[in-house]
Amino acid sequence: MAMPEQIAVAAPSLTAWDRVKLARHAERPHALDYVRELATDWVELHGDRAFGDDQALVGGLARLGAHRVMVLGHQKGNDTKENLARNFGMARPEGYRKAERLMRHAEKFGFPLVTFIDTPGAEPGIGSEERGQATAIAESLLAMADLATPSVAVVIGEGGSGGALAIGVADRILMLENAIYAVASPEACAAILWKDAARAPEAAETMRVTAADLAGFGIVDEVIPEAVPAHENPRAAIRAAGAAVARHLDDLLAAYPRADRDALDALRRARHERFRRIGAWRERVPVGDAL
Amino acid sequence: MPAMRDFFQRRGKFRPEEQQDDDRAEHHIPEDLWIKCPRCGELIYSRELERTDRVCPKCSYHFRLRARQRIAHLLDPGSFVEWHANILTEDPLAFADGSGSYDQKLEQTRAKSGESEALIVGRGSIEGQPVAIAVSDFEFLGASMGSVFGEKLVRAIELAEQHREPLLTISSSGGARMHEGLFSLMQMAKTVSSLAQLGRAGVPHIAMLVDPCYGGVTASYATVADVIVAEPGALVGFAGPRVIEQITRQKLPDGFQTAEFLLEHGMIDMIVPRAELRETLATLLRHYGEQIDAFAAESGIPVSSNGHA
Repeated sequence: MAMPEQIAVAAPSLTAWDRVKLARHAERPHALDYVRELATDWVELHGDRAFGDDQALVGGLARLGAHRVMVLGHQKGNDTKENLARNFGMARPEGYRKAERLMRHAEKFGFPLVTFIDTPGAEPGIGSEERGQATAIAESLLAMADLATPSVAVVIGEGGSGGALAIGVADRILMLENAIYAVASPEACAAILWKDAARAPEAAETMRVTAADLAGFGIVDEVIPEAVPAHENPRAAIRAAGAAVARHLDDLLAAYPRADRDALDALRRARHERFRRIGAWRERVPVGDAL
Repeated sequence: MPAMRDFFQRRGKFRPEEQQDDDRAEHHIPEDLWIKCPRCGELIYSRELERTDRVCPKCSYHFRLRARQRIAHLLDPGSFVEWHANILTEDPLAFADGSGSYDQKLEQTRAKSGESEALIVGRGSIEGQPVAIAVSDFEFLGASMGSVFGEKLVRAIELAEQHREPLLTISSSGGARMHEGLFSLMQMAKTVSSLAQLGRAGVPHIAMLVDPCYGGVTASYATVADVIVAEPGALVGFAGPRVIEQITRQKLPDGFQTAEFLLEHGMIDMIVPRAELRETLATLLRHYGEQIDAFAAESGIPVSSNGHA
């Protein structure tokens, strides 16, 4: 293993595009790797009760340290075969409907919600459109925004657009140091802005997609350091994430005791206020007001 | 109106001179006078098109409308009061590319579109029924949703809740605004979170989806509505058709992502032609308005000056 001193020098020299590549690295730990390493009593729950079970978005009950929680995560494959089954972590409407179902399940029994975000984006496809991809994402956003149980989201790899946000409307948003989170993939951004997907590295820079950028904007609460990129020492990255999640769960559960209805209302209000504030705008005072 | 339609067929002495040479006709039509329907190719006299609220008299193609045209068409004359036109976006990413800065782009867009941002919000009435309204303008950077769009919409939602007036959103959009990065994405969470509060207050949200509506707008506030109405033929979806074609390498089925496709797949409540829109919305608003009033009366909330509690 490299010495921390060397890393401290090396890390700031990474470009945004370097981090995009690290975030997408095939050997980077995926959601179920976190579950395997951090959780006991894992029981995966399947299906949206309407159409199917989406392997690209997994969920289930687990014990994380002191807490019994509901876990949701986008799941990429570890090899080509698994990636085909997992659709490269691109969820379909049934995935988001499963997520919404399990969010409500968590609320019903007072399980805090922990989500692992790692997706290029929601699947663009004929079937996904037929089954209401946009509506499925929107309903998941709505359920999570208003959920009467605490939630912590961790961006562990690729935070790709609305498909990522669908399980990201949390009380705390954490990011691994080399994870990215973007309004659209750098390729899509470059295509939209400049009609040239090949300019993705430039888009990654311009779009400010790194954990450090987003913590600077106040959108991300905490950056979880990677002493070496997560794929080089998965256990260290996973444990660091696990410790951060546990700490935020402790804080949230202390501040908002789950048996207290008023506290849960306060939790929902605080979450609403958190997202309500996000934006960059100024207000021009109308001339008439001076009179 | 078959008689009126016949009147505008391409024959007889009303045919403009430019059209006498059919081969060259298309290149010589004065744009302000004759407008060609993009769907059926019919040439429509511009004043006739205004009379039909910009619907093709031959094939019923619904031409796109600017936000202010929609407001004028839908609300009772003189009833519209605009809110928060003075909110302007910042440039949180200090965005710049080869073609200049985001600020420059906004300046140009404001000058070209005559609007300060992509969303216009306010209140007015439809057949006397009060309504809070938010309408996106596709001519302003493809009605993309950034910080100001989100902030104005949230304020409209809060005012709807405060006045206990139904909220009507009319959305066409290319999705989230790239120039504001993750701030734009987060507007999806922000607007939906506010709608959750509106819903809990028992105030309805009626969403109209108009051509074209895609991405972050369709996947957030525009589809978490109590009633979803679409215009005939409007294209509405999550991913754009070109993206889907490129990625899946499949031919898209006929009528893919049209309002009719959405209705068939259970994603919207109804398709309403422009000519019937005011009446349909007024009927819906009467249902909710009376419900809100009855609820207020039963729970003893004083009724405000606008007629609603």
